[in-house]
This record gives sequence, C-alpha cells and structure tokens, in this order.
Amino acid sequence: MRLFAAFVAMGFRRWSTYRLATAAGAFTNTAFGLIKASITVATVGAAGGTLAGYDAATGATYAWLVQALVAPVNVFQWSELAERVRDGDVAIDLARPVDPQLAYLAAFLGRGAYLFLPRGIPPLLAGALTTGLLLPSTPLPYVIGLVSVMLAVALSFVCWWLVNLVAFWVVEMRGLATLYVVAMSVLSGLIVPVHWFPDWMATLAACTPFPSLLQAPIDVIMARATGVEALSVLAVQAGWLLGMLLLGRLVFARGTATLVVQGG
Amino acid sequence: MAERLHPYRTLLGSRMRSQTAYRRSFVFDVLGSVGIGLVEFAEVYVIFTNVDMLGELDFAAAMLLFALANLGFSLADMAVGHVDRLPVYLREGTLDAFLLRPLPVLAQLITSDISLRRLGRTVVAAVVMGIALPLNDITWTAATVVLVVVAPLAAAAIFAALFVCAAAIQFWLVEGAEFANAFTYGGAYASEYPASIFSLPMRLLFTFVVPAAFAAYLPVLVLLDLPGPAWLPQWLGWCTPAAAAVIWVVALAGWRAGIRHYTGAGS
Repeated sequence: MRLFAAFVAMGFRRWSTYRLATAAGAFTNTAFGLIKASITVATVGAAGGTLAGYDAATGATYAWLVQALVAPVNVFQWSELAERVRDGDVAIDLARPVDPQLAYLAAFLGRGAYLFLPRGIPPLLAGALTTGLLLPSTPLPYVIGLVSVMLAVALSFVCWWLVNLVAFWVVEMRGLATLYVVAMSVLSGLIVPVHWFPDWMATLAACTPFPSLLQAPIDVIMARATGVEALSVLAVQAGWLLGMLLLGRLVFARGTATLVVQGG
Repeated sequence: MAERLHPYRTLLGSRMRSQTAYRRSFVFDVLGSVGIGLVEFAEVYVIFTNVDMLGELDFAAAMLLFALANLGFSLADMAVGHVDRLPVYLREGTLDAFLLRPLPVLAQLITSDISLRRLGRTVVAAVVMGIALPLNDITWTAATVVLVVVAPLAAAAIFAALFVCAAAIQFWLVEGAEFANAFTYGGAYASEYPASIFSLPMRLLFTFVVPAAFAAYLPVLVLLDLPGPAWLPQWLGWCTPAAAAVIWVVALAGWRAGIRHYTGAGS
C-alpha cells in the first residue's frame, strides 16, 4: 500500500513538471468547451427549451464538466506499456518486485490527481463567465462525485491497459487505439450526453464501460442521479473496473508468456 | 518546373510506399480514420434525432455543411496535418538536418510524411456529400457548380494554412504545442456547425480571425440561398478562395518569422 502511494506521488510529480503543457491543454479544453456549450445550448433551444431533462443552463454545465474531466480521466491516449513492449523495456518492469499493472495504475491516478485542478478549473471558470453553471448547492453530490471521478480514472486506465496489451501480439497498435478512441468518444457522453441517444444507441452504450468514464461522474456531480440511484451508478462503475482489471491481469499473464525480448 | 519538383516527388513516393508496406496495419489505420469520420457524423445524427432544425438548417442542410467542412479538413490533415509534429523535430534536432538541405524547410516538412491513412475520413465526407447534394434544394447554375467544386479545395487550403500557423507558433512554444490545437482542430470542429448558433464575438472570431466559417457555412448559405446571420451576409460565401489566400499570407509570414527565430537544437 505504501508502495502504491509512492507511485501515485511519482505520477503526480512527473506531470506537475510540465507547467506550460498543462496551461496549453487547459486553454484548448476551454476553447472546445465554448464550441460545445454553444452547440448544446442551440440544440436544447431547438428542441423547445428542454431535452432529456437538460435545459440550456444544465446542458451547458454538462458540456463544461466534460471539458473539465477529459484530461484527468485521460480518455484520449495512453501508450506507455505498448511502447515498452515494443522496445523490450517491459522486461525491466517484469523483473521489478512490484505488480506492473498496479504500479502503472498508481502513476495514472497520480497524473489524474495533479491535472484535476489545473485542467479542470479553467473550463469551469469560462463556463461560469459565459453560459453560467448550474450546480447543486449541497455538499453530498460533490463527495459522491469525487469517488465517481476516481473510479472513472481507474477504469480509464484498465481499459487503456487492455488496448496496450495488444502490443504483445501486434507490433503496431495505432489503428486499434484510434478505434478505441472513436468508440469511447461517442459512447462515453464525450460529444453529446448519452441521455440524448436514440434507443438503439443507448442500449449499445450500456453494454460498454464507456458511459462510466464521463456520463456517470457528471450525472452524480450534477445530482441527476441522487440517493440509491447515485449508489447504483457507483456500483456499475466499480463492476466494470473490477471486471476489466481482472481481464487485464489474465491477458497480461498470457502476453508475458509469449514475450520474446531481443538482444541484451 | 518538373525538374525542380523532382526531389519532392521522390520524397512523397517513398513515404507512400513505406506507409502501405505493412498491409494489415495500414488497413486498420484506414478503418480507424473511417471511424473518426463516422463519430463526427454521429454527433450531427444524434442532435437531429432530437431536433428538426439547428441554426436555420435542417438535417439535409446540416449534412451538406458537415460534408464540405470534413472534405476540406480531411484533405488538409492528410497533406499537411503532420506538421504538428514539429515540436518533436525541434526537441530531437531533426529540423537541423532539414535546414542543411538546399530545399525550402516548409516544403520538406510538408512532404516528410503524407498521411494516406487519413483517406478514410475523406471517404466518409465524400459519401455524406453524395447523399446530401440531391437531398437539398439547390438551384444548379454554372456558378453554383463551380462553388461546389471550389469550396472544399479552398477549405482544404484554409485548414492547411491553419496547420502552418500552428506549426509556426511552435518555434516559440515547444512545450505548449497543444495550445495550437484550439485553432486547428477547434476551427475544424466549429466549421461543422452553423455559425449562427455562436454568440456574436465567437462568430466573428471563427469568421475573420480563424476563417473556419468560410470553409463550409458561408458556401452553404449561397448554395441554399439562405440569408446569413448578423455580420455574415450570404455574399461572403463567394469569398472562400480569398479567405484562403489571406490566411496563407499570414501563415507564410509566421513561418518565416519562426524559422528566423530558431537557433538550432545544439546538435
């Protein structure tokens, strides 16, 4: 456990080094937020003022929360393991007396913990100034929301871990990574809330872990899901996390059994 | 002229061969690119399962807008999108090798890696265009035919210039590369939606600073004979090639300033 905490701290420190990169990322998240919030507000307006429980203010808030969470949850890219498999450096990870999956998970959580504020605050601030934010005024949704965000970060990692494992069998994983991002972008609620989907798409999304990455924590934070419903959102997230974590362990064990490291 | 272009043809030819050498991996890459196009379209589709009109456009008109914007962006992305790798070249000193060769650095950078895998997105845009054109009530004259052909090419030129502007900024902001994405990818995203849904300051920004509205929205106003929103009269739709020329002048000036600012990686 102490080791895990040390890896979390390492991930935090590593990412806090890139100050300019963090600022640039926050700027871009905010710019996209402006476009997204405009689209959301216009759509809600065109639908007659409310759409699947969102009005203009809550729709815009949804768009801004997505922009605040994309960086800490790290939905777009993680290829560290695949690169280490290709270089053969994964052999070093295997020789260490720590579990590779948990060590990388810890570093990933540390990264998320660092980026949570510097990448999250600017889009929310821009939202408050332009469209306004409609957030609950009681503390409970934020407490449950924080747990939900942590589950989402961990789930994002275990999903990326599985995608990276393909590198044990295929040299080039870029195509697969792109397909993953494509599916995630639609089904997580990244581009439009999952609640806006036509039935067939909503069913498809429910069969994947993706809504647990963004739609779930935002539903909890915005108090769209409260009480028992909020707890069931957390339970679904935890279920996906545990399942994907175990699947990742199994596939990793199979992968290392077939691994051949050249040279050295 | 043919003699002078020979080195670029050789460079491009070698890049194309190397990208298609691993067949399976290339097929996956193209499928991924088709997927990106479909996701972009899914956003428009989901929105129109909930509403009939968005910013005075119905679904057919929105499809036409989407197709024009995506054709332009995907062509630009394929031809010059890789110039956003410039920070990597700056860090690793690769650019110093470019500077030693007797060819313009920008031309070398552009021909250093044409991304054929991005063809998938162009195909999606072309298919949507093929469906959208007959669905819309367009008065076909010689002028509108020319506009339909010229608009995506001028849009590609606009986005390509935005990529070059973004690359030029990297000479100063090596670590802040993502800053430029707001203008390139952000501009592409904004261009897929009717500019009338944006607040006036944003509408002016995406028309006269980052000329994204010229790429698709303004030509669509002309094709469908719609009056534009405040500050964007319909006739601006004919000015897309002019907008492309202006932004290229800015891009080349920025690039030149960047190269002059660059002092080498110390390699």
